[in-house]
Amino acid sequence: MPRQQRLDVSEVGDVTVVHFRDQRIIEDLGIQEMGQELFHLVEGEDRKKLVLNFSSVGFMSSAALGKLITLDKKVKARGGVLKLCSIRPEIYEVFAITRLDRLFDIKADESEALAAF
Amino acid sequence: MSENRWVWQCERVIPSETGASSPILQEILDQLEKQAWIQHDIFSVHLAMEEALVNAIRHGNRLDTSKQVHVACRVSPELIRIEITDEGEGFDPSSVPDPTDPAHIEAPSGRGLMLMRSFMSRVEYNDVGNRVVMEKERAKQDNQERE
Repeated sequence: MPRQQRLDVSEVGDVTVVHFRDQRIIEDLGIQEMGQELFHLVEGEDRKKLVLNFSSVGFMSSAALGKLITLDKKVKARGGVLKLCSIRPEIYEVFAITRLDRLFDIKADESEALAAF
Repeated sequence: MSENRWVWQCERVIPSETGASSPILQEILDQLEKQAWIQHDIFSVHLAMEEALVNAIRHGNRLDTSKQVHVACRVSPELIRIEITDEGEGFDPSSVPDPTDPAHIEAPSGRGLMLMRSFMSRVEYNDVGNRVVMEKERAKQDNQERE
C-alpha cells in the first residue's frame, strides 16, 4: 500500500473514514495525489463503505470536485457506498451551486454519516 | 462598471506554470483581510481567482512557458475588481455547457466558470475571450456585523 500523504484513514466497524490533511485542496500535485490515494482505497484495498470527512478542509477548487466525482463512480461500480460529511458552509455552497449536493450523499457530521449505512 | 475610490491596486505578470499564481493570490487575499472584508467575501474572491487563473494558465496559455498571464487588481472600500488576461486564442464563454445539466453533471471538469459567476457580482469576458474582468461588491454593513 502506498504511504498516505494527503489522507488520514481510519476504520469504524466496517466503514472506512477518511480525513484530509490539507486545509486547502488546490494545487495540481496535491489534487492528483489525493485522487490516487482515494482511488487506491477502492481499487487497491477493495473498501466498499467510505465516509469522507471534510472538517479540516477550509478551501477547495473545482478541480478537486472532479476527483470526488470519479471516486463516486468507482465506488458505485463496485457496489460500494460513499458518503461525505462535515462540509463547512462556503464549501457546501460550491456543491449546491453545481448541484453536486444531489449527486453525493452529504451528511451533517461523521456520526450521522456512520449511522446512515 | 462604475468609478470607484481605489485604496489599493497591483499589477503582476506571472508565468504559465501551475502554482505560479499563489503569491499574487495571497497578496490580494491578505489585502482584503487587512481591510476587514468578511470571510465569505474573501472565500468568494479566492475561489473565483483560483478558477480564473487555472483557466488562464491551463486552458488559455495551455501551460506554454513562453506565454504569460497578466493580473491587475484594484480594491475600493466597497468593491474589488480583478482583470486576468492570458496570451491564448481565447474562447466563447457561451459555448461552455451547463455543468448542472444531467448530461454533464458527472463530468470531472467544467464547473469553474459557473462558480466564478455565482461567487462574484460581475464576470465579463472581452470579445476574444482571453481576458476576464470580475468584480465583487463588499457585503453590506448588516452582513459584516452578523459575521
